[in-house]
Amino acid sequence: MSMSSDQPAAIPARIDHPVKRVFKEFVEDRVAVLGLALFVIVAVIAIAAPWLAPQDPYALAQLDIMDGGLPPGEQSFGTGQTYWLGTDTQGRDMLSAIMYGLRISLVVAFVSLGIAISIGVIVGVAAAYFGGRFDAFVMRIVDLQLSFPAILIALILLALFGRGVDKVILALVIVQWAYYARTVRSSAIVERRKDYIDAARCLALSHRRIMFRHLLPNCVPPLIVVATVQIAQAIALEATLSFLGVGVPITEPSLGLLIANGYDYLLSGRYWISLFPGIALVLTIIGLNLVGDRLRDVLNPRLQK
Amino acid sequence: MIVYLIRRFGQSLLAIAAMAVLVFLGVYAIGNPVDVLINPEATQAEIAATTERLGLDKPLYEQFGIFVVNMFQGDLGTSFVFGRPAMDVILDRLPATMELAMVALILSVGIGVPLGVWAGLRPDSIAGRTIMGGSILGFSLPNFWQGMLLILVFAVLLGWLPAGGRGTTTEFLGMQVSFLTLDGLSHMILPAINLALFKMSLIIRLTRANTREVVLQDYVKFARAKGISSRRVVMVHILKNIMIPVITIIGLELGSMVAFAIVTETVFAWPGMGKLLIDSINLLDRPVIVAYLMLTVLIIVSINLFVDILYSILDPRVRLSEMKG
Repeated sequence: MSMSSDQPAAIPARIDHPVKRVFKEFVEDRVAVLGLALFVIVAVIAIAAPWLAPQDPYALAQLDIMDGGLPPGEQSFGTGQTYWLGTDTQGRDMLSAIMYGLRISLVVAFVSLGIAISIGVIVGVAAAYFGGRFDAFVMRIVDLQLSFPAILIALILLALFGRGVDKVILALVIVQWAYYARTVRSSAIVERRKDYIDAARCLALSHRRIMFRHLLPNCVPPLIVVATVQIAQAIALEATLSFLGVGVPITEPSLGLLIANGYDYLLSGRYWISLFPGIALVLTIIGLNLVGDRLRDVLNPRLQK
Repeated sequence: MIVYLIRRFGQSLLAIAAMAVLVFLGVYAIGNPVDVLINPEATQAEIAATTERLGLDKPLYEQFGIFVVNMFQGDLGTSFVFGRPAMDVILDRLPATMELAMVALILSVGIGVPLGVWAGLRPDSIAGRTIMGGSILGFSLPNFWQGMLLILVFAVLLGWLPAGGRGTTTEFLGMQVSFLTLDGLSHMILPAINLALFKMSLIIRLTRANTREVVLQDYVKFARAKGISSRRVVMVHILKNIMIPVITIIGLELGSMVAFAIVTETVFAWPGMGKLLIDSINLLDRPVIVAYLMLTVLIIVSINLFVDILYSILDPRVRLSEMKG
C-alpha cells in the first residue's frame, strides 16, 4: 500500500477516499445493491406513510366495520376504494396499516441503535484506552450479558417495564450496547498500540481528544458491519416481543403487533392480516442483511485487493 | 489446569449469583400479584390474608433472604396460579422443551453441516450460491412469522400436519415424550423445523467459512497431491478440522435454543417451559417466572462452562491465555 519514500519517481496510482472505495466495491455486487435498494424503498415508504397511505388506519371515523375481513383486491362497500391487501376485522386497510406499522418498527429500531451505539462506543473506547481494572470490569459485564440470549433478556426487561414504545427502546438499548462495546473495544485495543496514538500522547492531547478523534475513527469499519447486522436483529426482536404481547402498545401497532393480531384469524383462512405485514418485515430485514453481508466483505482489511 | 477449572467454575457461580439478584429484584418490581389472583370483590381482610399467605407483606430484603435460602433447598416458591411448587410446574414442562430443542438441534446440525461443507467447497457454483441465499433467508425470517407461514401452508392450506399441541405422548425414561408415537411425531415436525431453521442458517454459514479456510491449508493440498480420494479428503482432513469451532457453537447454541423455544412454543401452542413463561408473565405468576429464569440461567451457564472446559482440553492455547489474563 504505502510507497517507500526513496522512490519518488513512481507516482502512486490515485488512492480513492476510503468512502469512495467502499462504495465502488459495494456496488460491484448486484445482490447487495438490490438489498440496499430494498431498504431505501422501505425507508421512504415508512417516512412518507402519511402521504402515501390510502387511509389513516387510526382515524376511527374513516373505518367502516362493514369492510371488516375483506380479502385482498376487494372494494369497500361504502367508499368503493379498493383494498389491495385486504382489511383486518375492523375494516382497516392493511396496506395503510403496514405503512404506518413500518414507521413504528423502524423508529424503535433506529432510535435504540443510536443510543446503544453511543453507549457502546464510549464504554468500548474508554475500556480499550484506559485498560486495567476498568477494562476488566466492563468486559466482565459484557461477557455476562452476551452469554444469555438477547430475546430472554429483552423479554424479562419488558415483563418488568410493561408495554410501551419507550420501554421497548430501552430494552433494546440494554440488550444491544454490549455488542457495540465489545466490537469497538476489540479494534481499539489493537489501534491503541500503534505509533500515532503514542504520537498524540506525546503532544499531550487530552484523553478525550485522543479517544474520540484519533482512536475512534479507526474503529469505525467493524462497527458499521455490526450495526447493519444488529439493526436487522433489532427490528426482528421488536417484532417478536410485540408478537409475544410484551412490546409496543395496541395504540401504536408495529409490524409485529399487526402480525400478532392476524394470528387468531390464520386458522380460519384469513391469512392476509398476518401475511402481508410479515412480508414487509422480511423484506426490510433481508435488505439490511444483504447490505451487511457485502459490507463485511468490503470493509474486511484481509480481503482488500 | 486445576487453577483454570477453579477459576472458570467461580466465574459461573458469580454469573448465577448475579442473575439471581437481578431476577429477584426485577420480578419483585412487576405489579402486585394479589390484584390478579383475588376476586375483585374481596374484602380488605381477604386481601391482607392472601398477601400474608404469599409472604408478600415482608420487607424486600427478608423476602430475598428467604428466596436465597429456599433456592438452595430447591424450593423456588409456590406458583400463585397452580398452587403447586413452582419448580415442579417448570419441571413438568421441561421434557417437552428439551425434546423440541434436541430434535431441532439434530436437524440443524444434520442438515446444516453437509450443506455448509458443500457450499464451502464450491463457493461460486449455483448450488453454493443457492445455499448461501437460503441461509440469508433463514436468517432474515422472523421466527414467529416463519412458524405462522408453516402453519398456514402445511396445516391450513394442505392439511397435512396439525397446527399445534403436542399430540399423543408416551412414557420414556420416566418422562412424557412425543417422538415415539406417530401422532406425536406429526405434531413435532413443524415446531422442530421452525426452531431449527435459524440455527441451521448459522451453522451453514459457519461451516462454509471454515471450509473455505481449511481447503487452502497445505495439508489439504498435500493430501490431494498424495492422491487421496476427494471423498476421504473431505470426510477426514476437512471435516475433522472444521468441527472444533462448529462444536463450540453448537454447544453454546443449545442454551439459546431453550430460550428461542419461547417463540416457537407460543406459535405452535407447544406445552413447554417457554409457553409457561409467557402465560406466567401475563398472569404475574412470580414464582414460576423466577423458577423459569433460574433454571434457564443454570442450564445456559452449565453449558457454557462445559463447552469452555471441553475447549480448553482440545486447545491448550485457550487455557494458557485465560490464565495469563
